[in-house]
Amino acid sequence: MSIEAAAPRRLTPAAFFICLKGICWREGLRFLHQRERFISALVRPLVWLFIFAAGFRQVLGVSIIPPYDTYVLYDVYITPGLMAMIQLFNGMQSSLSMVYDREMGNMRVLLLSPFPRSFLLFGKLIAGTLVSVLQVYAYLVIAWFWDIQPPPLGYLTVLPALILVGLMLGALGMLLSSLIKQLENFSGIMNFVIFPMFFASSALYPLWRVQEGSPALYYVCQINPFTHAVELIRFALYGQMNWLAFAVTAGCALVFMSAAILAYDPSRGLMALRGAPGAGA
Amino acid sequence: MSEQVPALELRHVSHHYGARQALDDVSFTVAPGSFCVLLGLNGAGKSTLFSLITRLFALQKGEIRLLGLDLMRHPGAALAELGVVFQSRTLDLDLSVAQNFYYHAALHGIGRKEADQRTAELLKAVGLADRAKDKVRNLSGGQMRRVEIARALLHRPRLLVLDEPTVGLDIGARADILLLVRGLIAREGMSVLWATHLTDEIEPGDSVVVLHKGQLRAEGKVTDLLLKTGAGDMRSAFVALIAENETRGAA
Repeated sequence: MSIEAAAPRRLTPAAFFICLKGICWREGLRFLHQRERFISALVRPLVWLFIFAAGFRQVLGVSIIPPYDTYVLYDVYITPGLMAMIQLFNGMQSSLSMVYDREMGNMRVLLLSPFPRSFLLFGKLIAGTLVSVLQVYAYLVIAWFWDIQPPPLGYLTVLPALILVGLMLGALGMLLSSLIKQLENFSGIMNFVIFPMFFASSALYPLWRVQEGSPALYYVCQINPFTHAVELIRFALYGQMNWLAFAVTAGCALVFMSAAILAYDPSRGLMALRGAPGAGA
Repeated sequence: MSEQVPALELRHVSHHYGARQALDDVSFTVAPGSFCVLLGLNGAGKSTLFSLITRLFALQKGEIRLLGLDLMRHPGAALAELGVVFQSRTLDLDLSVAQNFYYHAALHGIGRKEADQRTAELLKAVGLADRAKDKVRNLSGGQMRRVEIARALLHRPRLLVLDEPTVGLDIGARADILLLVRGLIAREGMSVLWATHLTDEIEPGDSVVVLHKGQLRAEGKVTDLLLKTGAGDMRSAFVALIAENETRGAA
């Protein structure tokens, strides 16, 4: 039998598309199979909306600040924050699933693909982002019946913002997943990433009110990328552009993504330092 | 006609985790069309070797070529020629067999139509044609292994590497898997690197690479190794080879 030296197989643009489609398809299927995950992703912001916001409606008065051109109810104010929260949870959850994937060997299957590793990780990010966008729209549908009705066009203009925010938070999750060796449960991420990011942001209260209470916290909120993610969504939902929020969100997305791709690169990454994923040496 | 290119070639490969040396200057080749057994006890460095060949770890020292393709310089092209069955299970338990195959095909840029055709063909070859729509979770351990082997062949690799594929299987399933893989190589005309610590999985015509504590102890055909050690069977030959502390290098 004669085997000649292999000629490098060509990866055509069509093949890249097939690969991306396959990654998204699997992520979608997995999401559908985890029905509890979908339900809790939906219930979480609704609890905030129906209970927390209703309770605070009378306590917190929100003055007229852009992008709103009238007084808004507190429920309306926190809606963009809750949309971002859905994406924050989703990003962290997919990072957890990547750690799980690494333990279970699914990550090995992904990384055995002949496509460039950066493309594979990017594909995974896109897939996670699409899932989070679906969750956000499901939330918006329910919120509409709760009288949170942004302008109809806002549902369309918010889409690019959601994609960018999804990419940024997903990339952050991916970066964390490469740094974390083993996660016993979700509480570490909750305590050290989700809660600080969510509470030290403009999601629950406008920053000028924070400034009145604590100038230091105001400063922290301003350098928190999550604040800018929330503001990007808030403005986009009303058909407006917040360039600062866009720049910060896009910049962070790029930095997190590059760092995550570096971290998963076998020649420079952290995987090699740690030893074999799963099986051990 | 030019000389035959080895299916797999390792040259002076070393690897360490911190201070611990997992592989020490390992060199061997897998000839095209051959069934090569990588024999070693647990902790011999077999899994580290697999992680290097499958590019999960960066190569620290040495060179690895798959069908003549340098793994460092042409990783994508080299991986396209490689089929892998890992020691731990890597199937998605919640998806059906066919869905797992479709995902794997997509990761290799193979479209739905070709994937469907190839899936049917391979599942038939491993005797699981009727289980395509079943969730992987509902298969037995031996069936999952067969599915993983079939999946590894989906993109028509020319080298199949298996890391202790019979671990955790009963005697009957083990024999089935061996028979299956040997049949498949004959059918698909490819080369195999089969890692194990069980000498009874070796057949007289195989070539054998003996790894012990990260070092290559012997490389050659079964008959060569028997001759070299003067042993009556591979089991005693293996014991003899890993017992000699000073001897190194190829037979």
